[in-house]
Amino acid sequence: MNGSLHRELGLTDEEAVSIERILGRGPNHLELAMYAVMWSEHCSYKSSRVHLRRLPTEGPGVLVGPGENAGVIDAGDGIAVAIRIESHNHPSAIEPYQGAATGVGGIIRDIFTMGARPIALMDPLRFGPPTDARNRWVASGVVSGISGYGNAVGVPTVGGELEFGSCYAGNPLVNVLCCGLLPKDRLVLGRAGGVGNLAVLLGSTTGRDGIGGVSVLASAAFTDDPDAEASKRPNVQVGDPFEEKRLIEATLELLDKHLVVGIQDLGGAGLTCATSETASRGGVGMDVDVEAVPLREPGLAPYEVMTSESQERMLAIITPEALSSVLDVCQRWEVRASVVGKVTATGRLRVLKGWDGEVLADVPAASLHEDAPVCYRPMRPPARLLDGDGMATNGGVPTPPPPTSEADVAHDLLSLLADPSWAFGQYDHQLFRNTVVAPGADAALLRLSAPGVRAPSGSPARGIALSTDGNPRWCAVDPRAGTRLIVAESALNVACTGATPVALVNCLNFGNPEHAEVMWQFSEAIDGMAEACTGLGIPVVGGNVSFYNESRGTDIDPTPVVGTLGLVDRLRPGTPTPALTDRSTVLLLGPSSVSLAGSRWVAECPGSQAGGALAELDLELHSRLLELLAALVNERLVDGVHDVSDGGLGVALAEMAVKSGTGFRVSGITGLAELFGEGPSRVLISVPPANVQLITDRAGAAGVPTAALGTAGGDRLIVEGLLDLSLAEAEAAWKGALPTVFSAP
Amino acid sequence: MALVAVRVGVVVFPGTNCEHDVAEALVELGAEAQLVWHGSASLDALDAVVLPGGFAHGDYLRPGAIARFSPVMAGVREYAAGGGPVVGICNGFQVLTEAHLLPGALQKNKGLTFLCRMTELEVTSDRSALTAGVELGRRLLVPVNHFEGNYTAGPATLRRLEDEGRVVLRYVDNPNGSVHDIAGICNEGGNVVGLMPHPERASHELLGSTDGLVLLRALLAWAGARLEPAGRG
Repeated sequence: MNGSLHRELGLTDEEAVSIERILGRGPNHLELAMYAVMWSEHCSYKSSRVHLRRLPTEGPGVLVGPGENAGVIDAGDGIAVAIRIESHNHPSAIEPYQGAATGVGGIIRDIFTMGARPIALMDPLRFGPPTDARNRWVASGVVSGISGYGNAVGVPTVGGELEFGSCYAGNPLVNVLCCGLLPKDRLVLGRAGGVGNLAVLLGSTTGRDGIGGVSVLASAAFTDDPDAEASKRPNVQVGDPFEEKRLIEATLELLDKHLVVGIQDLGGAGLTCATSETASRGGVGMDVDVEAVPLREPGLAPYEVMTSESQERMLAIITPEALSSVLDVCQRWEVRASVVGKVTATGRLRVLKGWDGEVLADVPAASLHEDAPVCYRPMRPPARLLDGDGMATNGGVPTPPPPTSEADVAHDLLSLLADPSWAFGQYDHQLFRNTVVAPGADAALLRLSAPGVRAPSGSPARGIALSTDGNPRWCAVDPRAGTRLIVAESALNVACTGATPVALVNCLNFGNPEHAEVMWQFSEAIDGMAEACTGLGIPVVGGNVSFYNESRGTDIDPTPVVGTLGLVDRLRPGTPTPALTDRSTVLLLGPSSVSLAGSRWVAECPGSQAGGALAELDLELHSRLLELLAALVNERLVDGVHDVSDGGLGVALAEMAVKSGTGFRVSGITGLAELFGEGPSRVLISVPPANVQLITDRAGAAGVPTAALGTAGGDRLIVEGLLDLSLAEAEAAWKGALPTVFSAP
Repeated sequence: MALVAVRVGVVVFPGTNCEHDVAEALVELGAEAQLVWHGSASLDALDAVVLPGGFAHGDYLRPGAIARFSPVMAGVREYAAGGGPVVGICNGFQVLTEAHLLPGALQKNKGLTFLCRMTELEVTSDRSALTAGVELGRRLLVPVNHFEGNYTAGPATLRRLEDEGRVVLRYVDNPNGSVHDIAGICNEGGNVVGLMPHPERASHELLGSTDGLVLLRALLAWAGARLEPAGRG
């Protein structure tokens, strides 16, 4: 082993030994750098792979499951949906605008790499409390970065989440989901084939930005030293949405004209990843000429060229005969195109200095992927969950809510209201004339349509629904049950628009995997996700793992985030949203059982404390509810609908009121636990009185409990015996919450 | 008389992104739409030209500042001089002001953030290609989507615009700080119109408003009326 170089690059001593065994000799610096990026946690999933295998990944509509650039679902009518989610947490912590912008750019490339026109972005965001100036700087920068890049690149941002929690103060979570549409027959996979074929690098020049981003940034924790963190800033890439926009159009035109054999975007680990991945998937080798790579600045060392994470680049594998046509298309879109590689039969990835020049690196292409170490990291439940037998339990006693006055209840409710349009209003959420239900409802609802991807004429307008969901509070109490609830909630959110959930992607944000408690949380979350997805019949078609979300020695609360895709067979105007209609009846569909454990009220309202077990999820009941609700929505038997989620009935009722400017009077909610407690499989509907009996009967037949809570109307929010608040005050609190806090200096 | 479909050219600069939306909305109204690449200088066979929204040339330097030099703009200038209807939507409006086909400029929104939201507009002039035949005072729900939509012009220009009835659309509740609540203006002939709101995004019952169709229909009627005496031949 050559000294400590491998350690500086993020490789362990054992990994260095493995590399020597694979090569049959000591690696040189370039080879070591290539293994370091490819075997990083971020690229190799070395800590998570053994767990991810437990997720259900197959279903009738799944065309492409996990492992490719994106999952692909058959949506019928010859149209397929590509979907993927990724994290860009660490870059966003250091340089919020560019971190978020390049996160958006990266996920979009994953989608058009599959041949799909990107049509929608969703951004689940989590920051430290906005009362702190630095957290505001991070949050504002991230939102601006998404807005600045997503709007300009021409992909609408149709939803997401915006949450605050103290565990994210040093380590915000910036997750980005992208969804695209393609004609089923345009589906392409990222693989090289055909010895003698050419690898053409499309797009931006290669510079020093993002060298080793996956190993130095994404696969290590933040320290206590602000200077050390600021010094990582050059590892963050810089985005250029205009370059990406032209790259999208050029790539889709190349695919439409059948000019490429395979295509792969350049993301983490740059050229090393793209060349070795396409070669190893295709069972071939590749020669790469570093001198053929267009550089942004002179003097880059070969290891910099091979590991740079410069943005807006793609690698297309083409036949030599197609080259002149490819260059024509690229010239029209003003996209740079250079032949940088040749497909060989050797199975080896060789880096050359000139086609006939010196061999700078020579490694088995597949070894960069398939031989990456698999870690069986130790797991241990946190001490608070161990009882005398050493078994994990949900220990603790539910805290009885303290006695309280109507004024206190109103105060608590107002503090839990926040209109997220402070963020959504900065995103173009309407491009492509698809957005039927805009951000701010339970799920986004879009027409199943995109430029160049239309259903046969005369067929009814169909739709896709998207929802992203996470809940660190539930997962902190119980990662397994909490993750089950998240999957259930996400499915219910898409059902609120009338959609049937058909696929799910996950973004698993966790702390340091070298901590046994974190690995236990991760493993439990995977089991919870597998249970819920299996029970609800929703396959997992892709995902992303983000470890090392810790700062100053403290891990974030476990934050698995899921994105659920639903399909609507026939779109009609007037899709109900979270709203009340004057004189309608307010009904609760679903069970009454809730818990304050892991609730938002407990987390945010002072004087209360955590503890207890989450409410139980009945997967069979939940399946019946999903079907019933979608039918009621599609038959337009309800005027308004809202999933009861964090903040419980109190927040759900108040949100419906402020969004529609209509008050309510409800009764039968007897205490704070009933008002703010959280539980699965619950949805509020606002129903014309004439439909109440029919809906109650339908719910009864489906075995879904119902409760009539009261009536919508008036200008007050009244929960008899508990709350009496003016609508105007609630509206002001809801609308003003984020603008007020973010206008602070 | 057999109806002749109006042929609308929708100009595409690198970075434009609303071209398909505009074309689709016009086709749904019975027009023919064709995309016109920014490198082509001839607009001869067209009955109307739309410069759609997006980020032409990345909006680098300033929105529209580079696009005004694209070859197609020479064609647009000539086409407009001949009385042909030209409508710039959002980024297209910015391009038209940079090209001095319309007066004034669009600066950053007063709140210094991008804004994507529904706005209510009032039709304040019917002497433009986009509002001819539309009742004055009519309210329309049409969304905006911009960072630089805050219209401004010098006092003399503003006075002329107002005196000559060239303020075509005004915001009812001004979202971006535009002077005189201006959402859209036209040139002296009324054939060149620029507006920040996106009529194509309010063009289908699934999208929450169909009021944008009022404007697009007026454009097609204006373009069609120019054809009628001789037909297209």
